[in-house]
Amino acid sequence: MNYSSYIALIPLLPLAGFVLLGLFGKKYFKTFSGTIGIFLLLASTVLALYTAYQYFFINGKVNDVYQSIIPVKYTWLQFSSGTSIDMGIILDPISVMMMVVVTFVSLMVHIFSLGYMKSEERFGTYYSFLSLFTFSMLGLVVASNIFQIYIFWELVGVSSYLLIGFYYDRPSAVAASKKAFVVTRFADLGFLIGILILAFEGGTLDFNTLIQRLTDTQSSQFISITTASFLGVSVLTWALTLVFIGGAGKSAMFPLHIWLPDAMEGPTPVSALIHAATMVVAGVYLVARLFPVFSINESSLHIVTWVGMFSALLAAIIACTQTDIKRVLAFSTMSQIGYMMFALGVAHKNGETGLGYTASMFHLFTHAFFKSLLFLCAGAIIHLVHSNEMQDMGGLRKFMPVTHLTFLIACLAIAGIPPFAGFFSKEEILLATYHANKIVYVIALFTSGLTAFYMFRLYFSIFWNKPKELHGHPHEGTFSMKFPLIILATGTMVAGFIPFGHYVSSDGKILETPFHLNFSIAPVLFALTGILLALWMYKKESNRPHRVASALGGLYHSAYKKFYMDEIYLFITKKIIFNLVGRPANWIDKNIVDGTMNGIAYSTAKISGWIKGIQSGKVQGYALYFFSGIILLVIVVLYLWK
Amino acid sequence: MNLNLLLLIPILTATAVLFCKGLKQVRTVSFLGSALQLALSFILMYYYWQERTAGNNAAFLFEDNFTWFAPLHINYHIGVDGISIAMILLTSFVVFAGILVSWKMEQLSKEFFFLLLFLSVGAYGFFISLDLFTLFFFLELAVIPKFLLIGIWGSGKKEYSAMKLALMLMGGSALVFVGLAGLFFNTNTGDGSHTFDILQIAQMHIPVAVQKLFFPFVFIGFGIFGALFPFHTWVPDGHSSAPTAASMFLAGISMKLGGYGCLRVATYLMPDAAQQYSTIIIVLSCIAILYGAFATMMQTDLKYINAYSSVSHCGFVLLGIGMLTRTAITGAVMQMVSHGLMTALFFACIGMIYDRTHTRQMSQLGGLLKIMPFVSTVFVIAGLCSLGLPGFSGFVAEVTVFMGSWEHKEAFYKISTIIACASIVVTAVYILRAVGKAIMGPLAKTEYGLLKDAAWNERVAAGLLIIGIVAIGVAPFWLNQLVGPGAESIMNNISNAAVIK
Repeated sequence: MNYSSYIALIPLLPLAGFVLLGLFGKKYFKTFSGTIGIFLLLASTVLALYTAYQYFFINGKVNDVYQSIIPVKYTWLQFSSGTSIDMGIILDPISVMMMVVVTFVSLMVHIFSLGYMKSEERFGTYYSFLSLFTFSMLGLVVASNIFQIYIFWELVGVSSYLLIGFYYDRPSAVAASKKAFVVTRFADLGFLIGILILAFEGGTLDFNTLIQRLTDTQSSQFISITTASFLGVSVLTWALTLVFIGGAGKSAMFPLHIWLPDAMEGPTPVSALIHAATMVVAGVYLVARLFPVFSINESSLHIVTWVGMFSALLAAIIACTQTDIKRVLAFSTMSQIGYMMFALGVAHKNGETGLGYTASMFHLFTHAFFKSLLFLCAGAIIHLVHSNEMQDMGGLRKFMPVTHLTFLIACLAIAGIPPFAGFFSKEEILLATYHANKIVYVIALFTSGLTAFYMFRLYFSIFWNKPKELHGHPHEGTFSMKFPLIILATGTMVAGFIPFGHYVSSDGKILETPFHLNFSIAPVLFALTGILLALWMYKKESNRPHRVASALGGLYHSAYKKFYMDEIYLFITKKIIFNLVGRPANWIDKNIVDGTMNGIAYSTAKISGWIKGIQSGKVQGYALYFFSGIILLVIVVLYLWK
Repeated sequence: MNLNLLLLIPILTATAVLFCKGLKQVRTVSFLGSALQLALSFILMYYYWQERTAGNNAAFLFEDNFTWFAPLHINYHIGVDGISIAMILLTSFVVFAGILVSWKMEQLSKEFFFLLLFLSVGAYGFFISLDLFTLFFFLELAVIPKFLLIGIWGSGKKEYSAMKLALMLMGGSALVFVGLAGLFFNTNTGDGSHTFDILQIAQMHIPVAVQKLFFPFVFIGFGIFGALFPFHTWVPDGHSSAPTAASMFLAGISMKLGGYGCLRVATYLMPDAAQQYSTIIIVLSCIAILYGAFATMMQTDLKYINAYSSVSHCGFVLLGIGMLTRTAITGAVMQMVSHGLMTALFFACIGMIYDRTHTRQMSQLGGLLKIMPFVSTVFVIAGLCSLGLPGFSGFVAEVTVFMGSWEHKEAFYKISTIIACASIVVTAVYILRAVGKAIMGPLAKTEYGLLKDAAWNERVAAGLLIIGIVAIGVAPFWLNQLVGPGAESIMNNISNAAVIK
């Protein structure tokens, strides 16, 4: 079976959509733009599903091991004989899985937006940006070359920038889009340097070759990269850490997470697609892509684990205090990605020790369903209430039954209540950490309790609590807005039953992930506690939340302020970089560098003024110079004579 | 293919402009002339590929050589390699776009268009010269019109800027001339006579002491054109006072004369000195890259932003040249082409905004996307290209320079590369700041609501430049293949020199 004939179409169809809608959307297609976008993406989704079927069930395996197949590849930019940027498509379990996730969620978001963005003036532009994002994200997941992934990495960044700033006349949206781009750019600097190191040491940019060379303990590349060191740390650790910084920036890991909450300024369906299901997991995907190399380097795995762990906990604490529903969801995303990260961090290559890898990818998969569902529900709610604030909501279950039910399903899933998808994937993660690192396990368990609490805090305050005044006749959105919710909710209910280890594992072989009833008691108990606490505090209007908040005092307040991370960043950028670097650079340029040039010009003019004065044309003057000269000469001569 | 056509067409066009009456005739003639030249440069590339695929591996193609002034061995010797073709393509793109954006130049229009075309003659001649004296002659041709263009049609403190630019560039030319003369008197064609011929000099081995003495003259001289730190201060003032088309020419073409000269004359002919001075070049260009970027961050005038960012971006050209690897030099040439197109686009766009709003201050601008979607989109595209977004030319060029620089093993080169890489963050800050203030946000003034979006000529000009940028950004392999062999031959010269030593 020849893959190449159609597989390139999966990313190229959305690209066609971008070009088409970008150039002609506004003038010619107008409201028809959405339909064009949806049909192109539908074709992509069908192709992606077909590819997944082909790969997982027909011809992906050789001797029961999933292979990495590169059906499409051409040289894009040749640097030297060994190194070139190639544009290619790699098929392996994670890329195929991601392809399905990206096209599917994107399709749902496209459909949802039809109703949500209906009255928007720049409807065509919106869809062209969505297509650009989908194209870039697909290019990222199928990348066969480390520079290709960087290229598409930047492109998803710019699509995210354009979409966050979609409501460009709001200063807050402009600021948020800028922040998102600059923070991730800063992280990408690390990624870029990491790539340069890997490329130099590995002598190639191709993923498969690179991984093969750097994991073969006999190869000269392996020996050179592990023995060479810089500041006492091996070059391999440096390279992987730098690459991980890039991943941490995209995936909103502490301390590079500050852009994610602000990114919620974008249209809500965009948040569902980019900032929940796909782009923000790119960092996890990157670590998974290079996992064979990470797995031979303990120190970089430790970094991944602890950064992931800390982010998961920190974000969960902050999420408990936020009042903007999208921001709660944003922090929850950050927390869940933290889970995926530390699951990778505690994993190893080969067999049972690779459980964390499978669990991480599984969680990525299920999270895509329930988190995009949560965001789309939030979109439907905001569409109805015209506010993001929790205090403007309450008792909405009467007006929006579909949203209510699907939101509840998603909340149960993320809280880890069986039999919803999140339960299974989180279970695997906890199991993997239990075997690898008990401290991480305890923190993860506690965080899952927090998760249940903040999600049900959201649920009860939105759909229960005291009903708020709403204008007009509040009703749920169009069919196009309800349909994706139902589909995603169905996905959330069934996705957990997929035997994920059969398809995705660290070494490509089948990994059995048996279900342990005893083990799941603790997480479910924690989750139930969280839910009950939320029920007690938020089901009916009361002053309980207030009392709890004041009892917690400083902790509550600093969590509410997001632990002052924004302020710290502002201090560093505004005060230090702007005032201590930018301003002096400008001053030096104006006064010293240019001042010297002007000084030379000025003194030249002055000197020529004097010289001009000498040639005055007055005979007396010349006579004076003449005699002065003679006297001078006489003095010199007499002096030398002695 | 006769290369003389490349000079003949602009000369004829410029002459024809002198005989025209009124703006309409003048601009029609200039438009046709520059369009013809644009077509010609594509034809040139086509023939070049044909020769190369036919197996012609000569370093320079389509040579033409006749004596100009025998006593001093001055020849009119021309020829092209891939690098020159890339620069010629760039020039014809920028000239064509520059003519189009000056469509409504009513003040002394005849003189204005004449000077633009005259400047382009200098640039084309410079890029095809294979004789040092001819090269210098064309370099001077390209300097003089700038002084007049800024002094007469400029804005702001134009006399000061025109004078500063002319004096600094003349100073650069003087240094170049000293260097060229020094080279000339140390050549030996075998019969005891000297030569200005680049190809002949490249085959000789100029004594290392002589190279070490004259390399700084040539490199700094050309470096002044190419915004070498600390001789870059003419750039911000010159650009900001110049009329739109002149800014485009200045940044898009003139600054490239410097980079090309550094490469073709300094590095190619004095390979030993190039190696010895490479550390200094790298340090200076790293300073230019990062310090230029930080200085840009503080600017409030759109033209100053682009001018300072040019200092930073041209630093990559010099960095690539200083790194002395095949990949880095290819990257340097790509960066010249990329920066030329991108900065011309940026200046064209700033010109369009200025023509309508009569201000370039960011604080006075805002929300232009609503009223001028085309101009604003172009601005954003130029900005994204400037911050090195993949899909546009800037990324390709910068990455090639980075990869080429990283080929060195020593820590010094690695650290310099990291410093250069760091600029991508600062660039993002200042570009997004400009975009956020001027293009996005609420509308700054209600009277802006009446402004019109771009006219057809502006659309064509911007569209053409964007096509160039995207053609490199999406499919960089053609430019890489075009420039690669040229860079290779320069590198061969350097490695040969190392062997002889």
